[in-house]
Amino acid sequence: MSINAVQEEIIEEFALLDGDMEMTVFYIMELGQKLPPFPESERTDENIVKGCQSKVWLTASLEGNKIQFKADSNTAITKGLVSLLVRIFNGQLPDDVLNSELYFMRRIGMERFIGTQRSNGFASMVKQMKIYALAMKTKLEVNL
Amino acid sequence: MVPNATQTGIQVDSLRQEFPVLHQKVNGRDLIYFDNAATSQKPTSVIKALTDYYDGYNANIHRGIHTLAEKATRAYEDTRLAAQQFIHAGHPEEIIFTRGVTEGVNLVASSYGKTFVTAGDEIIVSALEHHSNIVPWQFVCEAKGASLRVIPVSDEGVLDIDAFKELLNTKTKIVAVNHASNSLGTINPIREIIRLAHEVGAVVLIDGAQAAAHLDVDVQELDCDFYAVSAHKMYGPTGTGFLYGKKHLLEAMPPYQGGGEMIREVTFAKTTYNDLPYKFEAGTPNIADVIALRYAMEFIQRLGKENIAAHEHDLLQYATERVSAIKGIRLVGTAPEKVSVLSFVVDGIHPFDIGQMLDARGIAVRTGHHCTQPLMDRLGIEGTVRASFAVYNTKKEIDALVEGLERVVGFMKQA
Repeated sequence: MSINAVQEEIIEEFALLDGDMEMTVFYIMELGQKLPPFPESERTDENIVKGCQSKVWLTASLEGNKIQFKADSNTAITKGLVSLLVRIFNGQLPDDVLNSELYFMRRIGMERFIGTQRSNGFASMVKQMKIYALAMKTKLEVNL
Repeated sequence: MVPNATQTGIQVDSLRQEFPVLHQKVNGRDLIYFDNAATSQKPTSVIKALTDYYDGYNANIHRGIHTLAEKATRAYEDTRLAAQQFIHAGHPEEIIFTRGVTEGVNLVASSYGKTFVTAGDEIIVSALEHHSNIVPWQFVCEAKGASLRVIPVSDEGVLDIDAFKELLNTKTKIVAVNHASNSLGTINPIREIIRLAHEVGAVVLIDGAQAAAHLDVDVQELDCDFYAVSAHKMYGPTGTGFLYGKKHLLEAMPPYQGGGEMIREVTFAKTTYNDLPYKFEAGTPNIADVIALRYAMEFIQRLGKENIAAHEHDLLQYATERVSAIKGIRLVGTAPEKVSVLSFVVDGIHPFDIGQMLDARGIAVRTGHHCTQPLMDRLGIEGTVRASFAVYNTKKEIDALVEGLERVVGFMKQA
């Protein structure tokens, strides 16, 4: 499934909540709880995304030529948000991650209630994921 | 249904009509504003004072000879007289307008600190301080080779006065503490702190940010040397406030900033400075907001600080009982004397998540370290959820907070 197809899927799911903020927040937290457990050995300062108000750990690896992210956060809502990013980007080609444009946040009305500081945190997460994608792309090219 | 009028005579329902911002929906629900320790809302009299000034007599003050300038100057100086009366200062020139407590502390640190503190001296703050009453003193210590000492705090959030006595000595030059803690609400025994500090010859600055809207302040009776206030935490506009300083101290202090207004005569060879308070008010001040501040003080005086304190105490007591009864919630800061601040943590749930979930229900609280990181480190927590009450809050709103918290805790527990 393409990055934009996953975004459309997410937009459809959130549309069912009908703009109810409390339900939206609960749903985001539920999504976070479904993230696979984050390996304790990788819960290091090095893997913390800078620029987030809450703590977010993020790692990336390659499976074949596709990228795989693992993430975690110490706050439930941020974990839910990063889980959406993991869902969108996992199994994609590094180039597609690099060239992606994320529009789902705006479409599901999240910008409205996610404070500026956390929005910046969200931007930092996306930026870190793209940096990983660039690193993976380089790695693939060197191996070739 | 819980009645909204307390025994104190504060008629909350009609009072709320004076605050336009309170009457709106947030995320589909009635706004409940419990972030008053960060900034309080403004009554229409304050808002109207701002628009009246810009609509009717906007002019630069003090040097103008035309009618508008005189009117603006008079209104500006009327606020100084009102501030003098508000904190019972002896002289109007002991009131220096600032941007707020942060600038007040920086003014004293910069001017008094850099003049009268020397290498080896000591400055004492408390473990309850806001960063704005820590960092300016660190600047002084760094610049002068002085050291910063800290009055410790108990797990309940009470300052250890015996330890303070131990810290005091002839090298102590400045003691800077808050009247009430922004994170925990603790009201500090400043009268005793001031007396003890004076015994060793130190001067005392009181950060009154969390006290001015809630407690009666009499700077002469307290005998404090400096008292700093922020307007926006006491129903006034943002970007202004005032610093009280004893006249003889202010006179001995060099100017803080250079510019217009603060000078008597300028030549390239030498500049002489204006008298108090203008020596410390360089440049065109925040005229409109200073003028509007008088209406905030009038608002408080009309209600009566005793009535405000009684109403808020009632709310705090009710909230303390109801919130602490929720399973999994632990109150942070349980000092016997508190202003209307309720800080708490919830087992296994990050404060950010609580804040975000309450916001989804239209309830505004603050989460995080509240600019008191050393205090949070001391208490071994990352931050708290803080609900802080003002005179326009009601028990019904506290019920809604409790309902929201129960729902959040319930949701997280089942997850």
